[in-house]
Amino acid sequence: MAVPFSYAARNLWARRVTTLLTAGGLALVVFVFAAVLMLDAGLKKTLVSTGELNNVVAIRKGADTEIASSIVRDQAAVIELYPQVAIGPDGGKFASKEAVVLISLTKTGKDKPSNVVIRGTSANGFALRPRVRLAAGRLFRPGSSEIVVGSGVARGYTGTRIGDHLRFAKRDWVIVGILDSGGSAFDSEIWGDVDQLMQAFRRTVYSSMVVRLADGEAFDRFRSDIDVDPRLSQEVKRERSFYSDQSRELSKFINQLGITLTVIFSIGAMIGAMITMYAAVANRVSEIGTLRALGFKRREVLSAFLLESLLLSLIGGAAGLAAASLMQLAAFSTTNFQTFADLSFGFLLTPEIALKTLLFALTMGLVGGFMPAVRAARMQIVDALRAS
Amino acid sequence: MYLLRMVLKNAFRHRLRTTLTVAGLAVAVLSFGLLRTVVDAWYAGAASASNARLITRNSISLVFPQPRSYQARIRSVEGVAEVAYSNWFGGIYKDPKNFFAQFAVSDNYLNLYPEFVLPDDQRLAWQRDRMGALVGRQLADQFGFKIGDPLALRGTIYGGTWEFVVRGIFDGVDDTRVTRQMLFHWDYLNETLRKGAGPRPDQVGVYISVIDHPDDAATISRRIDAVFRNSLAETLTETEQAFQLGFVAMSDQIIAAIRVISNVVILIILAVTANTMAMSARERTAEYATLKALGFGPGFLALLIVGESLAICAIGGGLGLALTGPAAEGFRQAAGNVLPIFNVSNETVALQAASALAVGVLAAIVPAIQTARVRIVDGLRAIV
Repeated sequence: MAVPFSYAARNLWARRVTTLLTAGGLALVVFVFAAVLMLDAGLKKTLVSTGELNNVVAIRKGADTEIASSIVRDQAAVIELYPQVAIGPDGGKFASKEAVVLISLTKTGKDKPSNVVIRGTSANGFALRPRVRLAAGRLFRPGSSEIVVGSGVARGYTGTRIGDHLRFAKRDWVIVGILDSGGSAFDSEIWGDVDQLMQAFRRTVYSSMVVRLADGEAFDRFRSDIDVDPRLSQEVKRERSFYSDQSRELSKFINQLGITLTVIFSIGAMIGAMITMYAAVANRVSEIGTLRALGFKRREVLSAFLLESLLLSLIGGAAGLAAASLMQLAAFSTTNFQTFADLSFGFLLTPEIALKTLLFALTMGLVGGFMPAVRAARMQIVDALRAS
Repeated sequence: MYLLRMVLKNAFRHRLRTTLTVAGLAVAVLSFGLLRTVVDAWYAGAASASNARLITRNSISLVFPQPRSYQARIRSVEGVAEVAYSNWFGGIYKDPKNFFAQFAVSDNYLNLYPEFVLPDDQRLAWQRDRMGALVGRQLADQFGFKIGDPLALRGTIYGGTWEFVVRGIFDGVDDTRVTRQMLFHWDYLNETLRKGAGPRPDQVGVYISVIDHPDDAATISRRIDAVFRNSLAETLTETEQAFQLGFVAMSDQIIAAIRVISNVVILIILAVTANTMAMSARERTAEYATLKALGFGPGFLALLIVGESLAICAIGGGLGLALTGPAAEGFRQAAGNVLPIFNVSNETVALQAASALAVGVLAAIVPAIQTARVRIVDGLRAIV
């Protein structure tokens, strides 16, 4: 017969202060662990949701980002005319030729500027990305110096409300609307008319091109066709993998930093759990003797103490996870090293992360509680009963 | 003396528990130090940047170039002594993970950077070879570059494969200088651009000017920007330090997070140590009551407990401090390509010691007060 569960639970309650301190230490570690996973999940979600399934991005070979890429007008026309490219809502080819540059804007509450992507696009640019919606105001009129800003830009930078003017490239640009794309990377961008922006920036070439494939299966053929076309120096990527490639370094950095930190911190927390459980065993020597004398087996005493330790870590884990879930209210923005542009994203708590976090907490409890539990189980009945 | 012996004896009565606490403290103090050093390393570029140099870039953003002709016009601004220029090349050496900075620079670039030391014969050899490149010591050590080695980069901004020959290896004047970078002739870049398609030639990324009096930096910056106002490429001039801090500010939320976390680790260890002290004091309630009955005052008992806590923290903190140096060295070797300057500052060492001390005092406060207050009769009667 197993030692009752309530024995473990009431023991923790009997030593409330110690339980609280140990669980508090565990909770802090769990919080850091969960927050890092959530940040990475938020980053991934932002970039995956940026890409549409059958959209394909063309950039110059060797250029990893749109900023470094270039497509001459003739080449853009060649790519557009490939048979795999779908027909758009206006009856023409479903493609958007875009110019992408960086401008520096000042973040709210800071005096240092950050780089923001400004994308010259067209009506097709919106049609190709149905997730991008207008949250306020109106769209820019083609052929005018009007721009619309992403919701992340509107939130995070000064002078980016509707009606404000941004001055760059010798022109004043009026903000006429705010875009919302449901948390994708476009929320961190500014959009305007491609011809106007190219004119203002004295650019003669496009940066990149987005096309919709009529049939997603045709992508491999499309890619190999573009690769061997002697007129082109571009390569094509699926929009989704294009954006997730761009965040690979940032994601790796967040992960490595987080894992290093949690490994170091968990050592501290496990030591805390171990101290608590050793003390729990030491204080209850005669109690353990009594349990054994009553007929509980070594195995059962072992599992009783392990259960106590697991329960302790579960309390800490749940508290840490609860605190981490509050982080979902916070926004995070940083410069993506690969694109050199600012990207804002959030903390995202998924069921998988919650499960991982609780398992992590339980593992700490198991490791911390194992040796003390073994010590309790190995006691001789007579010696234990004789202890004062 | 007697008190000290008693404190130490008490501290090691529960050898296992004390050892665990000491180990936890050592880990915490160590990671606190390393995290602070990571933040410092982030600022290393800005910390070693000069206030006597101004950086002029296109005011729209750094990715926009400026005409080559600006050099002479900046040179003529009052207060400017010499002007050099450089372009960020952004090439890939074999694999993207081998990232390092490459700059196409004007011939006088090294005159402006006295902190980079290059032997005269190597400098001459570099100047004679259009394809010649200079690599910093840290970079040369990492990839094993030697003088005369060929070096090929795959361009991302400037497409194609670019070939160079290592003609010199420069050192930093002291170990706070980042020498994990490569310099080559701007003319080589420009002449190649003239031949082919791709980005326009005769464009410069940033101009670097040395000024006579660092105090006039703000005035001279305004003067330079005034020259190019209402031109196609308006400029933004700031000191090199401000320019570098701008880069750091781009990832400031990550830095802020690391800062917060480095304090969290101290909180974790505070919880662990406070727990140890609370347990010790509770187990010894009867003992402390006996001491009181013998005539020792509450102050003595409080001192006993605080002393024990401080002794544990001193040992743990000392161990952590001792390990910080070797750990930082290991970290530098593992992550040298991201953070090439990884020196533990004196301030960090002082903060590590101070936080160990603070943990020692804070962890003992509650048990010390409780023990000092407990009545002899209750203490003797207490069952643990």
